[in-house]
Amino acid sequence: MDRRIYGVETEFGLTHSAPGARPISPEEAARTLFRPVVAWGRSSNVFLPNGGRLYLDVGSHPEYATAECATLEDLVAQDKAGELIVDDLRRQAQEALGEQGVAGQLYLFKNNVDSRGNSYGSHENYLIARRTEFARLVQILIPFLVTRQLLVGAGKVHPAGPEDFGAVRVGDAAGAPSYSFSQRADHIWEGSSSATTRSRPLINTRDEPHADAEHYRRLHVIVGDSTMSQTTTALRIGTTDLVLRMIEAGQILPDRTMVDPVRSLREVSHDLTGTRPVPLADGTRRSALDLQREHLEAVRRFVDREGAHHDRVPWVLDLWERTLDAVARQDASAIDTEIDWAIKKKLLDGYAARDGLDLSAPRMAQLDLAYHDTAPERGLFNLLQRRGRAATFVPDQRVQEAARTPPATRAAVRGRFIDAVVASGHNYTVDWVHLKVNDRSQRTVLCKDPFAVENAEADALVASLGGRDATGRAHGDAPVV
Amino acid sequence: MAQERIFGTGAQRREETELPEPGAPAPTAAQSQTSATSADDLLAEIDGVLESNAEEFVKGFVQKGGQ
Repeated sequence: MDRRIYGVETEFGLTHSAPGARPISPEEAARTLFRPVVAWGRSSNVFLPNGGRLYLDVGSHPEYATAECATLEDLVAQDKAGELIVDDLRRQAQEALGEQGVAGQLYLFKNNVDSRGNSYGSHENYLIARRTEFARLVQILIPFLVTRQLLVGAGKVHPAGPEDFGAVRVGDAAGAPSYSFSQRADHIWEGSSSATTRSRPLINTRDEPHADAEHYRRLHVIVGDSTMSQTTTALRIGTTDLVLRMIEAGQILPDRTMVDPVRSLREVSHDLTGTRPVPLADGTRRSALDLQREHLEAVRRFVDREGAHHDRVPWVLDLWERTLDAVARQDASAIDTEIDWAIKKKLLDGYAARDGLDLSAPRMAQLDLAYHDTAPERGLFNLLQRRGRAATFVPDQRVQEAARTPPATRAAVRGRFIDAVVASGHNYTVDWVHLKVNDRSQRTVLCKDPFAVENAEADALVASLGGRDATGRAHGDAPVV
Repeated sequence: MAQERIFGTGAQRREETELPEPGAPAPTAAQSQTSATSADDLLAEIDGVLESNAEEFVKGFVQKGGQ
């Protein structure tokens, strides 16, 4: 297919810090955070006027799912808009706690691991053609995903070095403080499976296309890091979309099946040189850099032959190449405003040099966390971006608008419906595919085509709702889907 | 209205936090003399926003596992 629907689901870390007092629990913090959501939607699981979804997930994690996007610009804007939305909730919760006399500060982190090694995710969804053989797709995609972290890892401080993987030592020097490409790599246990929390895979095989299942299925990639940088997010989705296109086109590719992809995922994450050999099933050994260069060259030939399917393809290929060059040369200066692990590393290196610290200092772990703090005035990534030390992919105005405005996909139909039904005060039910006004005998409107910006039935339903309810109260109700 | 508050409009946020304009241009070669100073400024600003007890702050961040 020429266009593809994709989206990202982000689980945020939530904590309350109250030096010298007793902090509130994550569960209580989550309840306080979601009070305005429940007041608006009568549920802690709502679809938003921008077409996205906001809910409390497993383990009291606030989760934001972007609407269906069909361009990298929309995806980045919707993803960053999610940070604005959850951070606005944090600000309201902070005010509410202050009024109750509760001391301390609430923090929301868009990262993937807490101080005890509990992990939560950033899940990418790609709509793929049903006719593509899924086993073949997974076989080709896994070696790409294992090595993709060189490009799009968010970076992580390990004060006591890499953890062992079972009986296997991952790093070189036991206990020496270190830095890795990825936050998430140490928390993945399988190649592909239907598990999510028990034994987390790189690819979750749950097949929920939220579209015509005859033609489409969903690819659910859960190995990625939550990326703060707009350019890193665009590269993450942009490269993966290109590799998928190549696979879908039936391109013959060399078999790079790895002997142990999960072990290699960790070893690649903890080797900043990108040169550590990865054992392949055919008996050879290739470095992460070699494998990524091979992917890049294959994609480049594919694009040369088939043409670029969107106008940012040259941008994606350029940043892909520059990042691999930076790893190969061990000089990140050409990418240290564009790639999260490099932006963060530059910050850590500068701070450590000034204060004579190494990566075992608690301050370094705090900087790592604070980089992912969503608060505009306090989060270190946000602070760097304000100072021009982190590049943007879309204008700030577009991110602000995306908090209210759906992208030009099925999400636009959903957004119009939610706006109208909240204004009219009717009780409603909505999910990715369905729209329904509950107190009417009308049948549910089905939106099976995720690309369709218009839907006549939905328009008729919206037109029938009339104006604003006198009370101005919302009566939303979003089911668990 | 509650709805607008939840989905935070840009104007409202800007007023509340009085942030400088984001997307300021990156330093150019002509500004390189000042880059050392700007790096010092950056680290000083960071010191100003971090809680002072780093160890307690980091250890206090404990979640239940997600997906």
